[in-house]
Amino acid sequence: METIKDKVAIVGMGCTKFGELWDKGAEDLMIDACYEAFEDAGLDSEDIQAAWLASLVSGCTGSRLSNAIKLDYIPVTRVENFCCGGTDALRNACYAVASGAYDIVLAVGIEKLKDHLGGFGQFITAPFDSSKVEVDLPPVNFFGQFATRYFHRYGISMEEGKRTLAKIAVKNHHNGTLSPKAHLRWEVTEEQVLKSPIISWPLSLFDCCGLSDGGAAAILTTPEIAKTLKDDYILVKGLGLANGNGSGLFDSDYEFTSMPENVRCSAMAYEQAGINNPREEIDLAVVHDCFTIHELILYEDLGFSPRGKASEDVEAGTFTLEGDLPVNTDGGLKCFGHPLSASGIRMVYEVYKQLQGKAGKRQVKDAKVGLTHNLGGLPAHFNCAVAIFGKEPG
Amino acid sequence: MVGITAFGAYVPFLRLDRTAIGKGGKGEKSMANFDEDSITMAVAAVMDCLNGIDRDAVDALFFASTTSPYREKQTAATVAVSSDLRQNILTADFANSLRSGTNAIRSAADAVLAGSARQVMVTAADIRLGVPGSAFEQSFGDGAGALLIGEEDVAAALIASYSVNQEIMDTWRIDGSPFTRAWEARFTSGQGYQRAMSGAVSGVLEKAGLKPADIARAVLYSPDGKSSSRLAGALGFDPASQLQDPLFGVMGDTGSAYAIMMLVAALEESKPGDLILMANYGNGADAFVFKVTDKIKEVRPKRGMKGNLSSKRVISDYNAYLSYRNILPGAPDIYPIPFGNTSAPAMFREVDKNLRFYGVKCESCGSVQFPPQRVCFKCRTKDQFQPIRLSEKRGKVFTYSMDAVASRLDSPSVVAVIDFEGGGRMESYMTDRVKEEVKIGMEVEMTFRKLFEREEIITYFWKAMPVR
Repeated sequence: METIKDKVAIVGMGCTKFGELWDKGAEDLMIDACYEAFEDAGLDSEDIQAAWLASLVSGCTGSRLSNAIKLDYIPVTRVENFCCGGTDALRNACYAVASGAYDIVLAVGIEKLKDHLGGFGQFITAPFDSSKVEVDLPPVNFFGQFATRYFHRYGISMEEGKRTLAKIAVKNHHNGTLSPKAHLRWEVTEEQVLKSPIISWPLSLFDCCGLSDGGAAAILTTPEIAKTLKDDYILVKGLGLANGNGSGLFDSDYEFTSMPENVRCSAMAYEQAGINNPREEIDLAVVHDCFTIHELILYEDLGFSPRGKASEDVEAGTFTLEGDLPVNTDGGLKCFGHPLSASGIRMVYEVYKQLQGKAGKRQVKDAKVGLTHNLGGLPAHFNCAVAIFGKEPG
Repeated sequence: MVGITAFGAYVPFLRLDRTAIGKGGKGEKSMANFDEDSITMAVAAVMDCLNGIDRDAVDALFFASTTSPYREKQTAATVAVSSDLRQNILTADFANSLRSGTNAIRSAADAVLAGSARQVMVTAADIRLGVPGSAFEQSFGDGAGALLIGEEDVAAALIASYSVNQEIMDTWRIDGSPFTRAWEARFTSGQGYQRAMSGAVSGVLEKAGLKPADIARAVLYSPDGKSSSRLAGALGFDPASQLQDPLFGVMGDTGSAYAIMMLVAALEESKPGDLILMANYGNGADAFVFKVTDKIKEVRPKRGMKGNLSSKRVISDYNAYLSYRNILPGAPDIYPIPFGNTSAPAMFREVDKNLRFYGVKCESCGSVQFPPQRVCFKCRTKDQFQPIRLSEKRGKVFTYSMDAVASRLDSPSVVAVIDFEGGGRMESYMTDRVKEEVKIGMEVEMTFRKLFEREEIITYFWKAMPVR
């Protein structure tokens, strides 16, 4: 098995403003994201040889993309893999380039969530069991179960635990204010977070990410071609994707304090990228903070903090913009917003800008290696995508 | 000798303080939760009755109710399957009459006597509605009873039975109406209840060659808290010492299940040799005399009437009652849970999982898995599993969450991850809980409930509840 490391480069990226975009349709989001990427790469739609479109609710075919941006009868594959859709589209595009089948390809993730009444539940897929007796409540419940158990497992009182989670929300809200394209751009205080209404005990409103419309796009090519296009292209260092085997909800050994998919998937990506000590070797991470408890747990799952010690690192400010390992520099799902399949490529957009030194007020100093992470689904069937990018080869 | 070989009952955990309905209300009425109906209550009563009994000798199940959820579709089949009785048994619905339960007892006894069944499970359940503000709204309670009728190891032998029928408009509900109606009490009490019940009670005593004084306990259906006492007195019984407490202040009139539930209560207190008279009313009356045998000492329902009545939560939320019974319309939930349409073929295909509540045990590594898997998650052995009934297993809460926004009626929706005794884990809704009491390690049992209704199809499934 060969590693994907340094075989694919990103030469152009685009990302729409995320938010409740009442005046934009799905096609607008595709066009806006793709044309920013074209401009960034100095290419146009005729240069694209194949494309991947990730979307859960906005289109059941790749044709939705080729229709919107008038691709020239080229292959377009629609990718759906819950919240990993965007990163998985990019992953498929990378392997297509690495195989030599195509020179220049496009990966797009978009979601027009706010056309659907009632928020999340109206567009989630039906439960896996066709007679629908499985608990089919919104994801906040499953993450609530992780919070309950995590606090119990490590002897953290509910009050302490909720305060730690609040610090994560406060951090991401702060970063969101520095992120012009983010959905929710205001500071919050710990007290505000703690006083916000319960959505699913023990998680409150401010423990939950924003639900938004948005789209993001990436143009990928070989490093050789990249060199001819620009100096500050970014290299793909590692790509992991791990789909759980469904045992999470019927295996009594499943602890509800860690997502095995996170652990296995990041190990895959670290191995490809040659990373042995993620805490030291990664300069910034943009991760799937769908709920604050998940950001806390994935500090441990991704190897940033020892087991049971993530709270101490939160307390120490490790993951703030000024900390040792800034996490969710653009506000994360919490504040940038979470249009499911768009989020993965939005995260790559942030890492891309950071590694290019174009992240403005939220710029991480000397950022050379960045990581993105998504987790989709439910404990019964999580999937996880981790991608690692670097500025320099080797 | 035909008679009762086992008995059980179900009274919902919730009780509505009658003063919440209106001034002058006395005591409590049993109140089905939002996820209960006649089917779920009947399953609970049957499971209460089956407590440890070999299901293979049950050759029929009769379900009796005036409030079957379906106007057309057999409900006995749902109850039989959900109680995990055999597939090759007779199932039948007895409907449309408060006497449906006792009608079913007579038919069951006849079937056993005729040799067409070894044991017949008779269950009756009702969840009747009175118009808001009516006396019926105060008097009706919800509940279910179950009797196993057989010939071997009889705990209460059927000595005699006697029936009268009567054409009278005293209490009725026309097709399409949710509410039971009545003519004025002075008419219904004298011409209906007193006349029919007297005829049946006198008839069965005469047939058995007994006098009122011979009876240890008289179990008489009562449309209110007092009528059975007046009737008993008029018939020559001493109400104070002989009449079964109609449980009116703690439960109310549970319709077709009422007399059977009172009989269960009487049997729980009985001793060998006792003669018990039961009479039930509804366009006539059915009366029975049972003689309690030594076997009574060995019959133990899981919870019985005593256990059911003592385990309760009294609420004073009349709005909740009206909402649970769909009398008070409310804003629809923000999103449909679960997502998507009901699939009759999927329900059909997965009946063993959903209704019989079978998990599987891997023959290779022994791990218990629910929902049933075809490839073992532990050892990856394919298609080598034994079914295992989980409905009677207790479990412990491993973790939980409480959703404050998903459901209007079930708020907060408590979702718990349950580890079963003997292995196996599932994620389950938790019902009949007090949210402040939910915690990790809490002991739970499983209860059969309505999950949701769509396309006019009710999907039933099992939920966890704190051990009652």
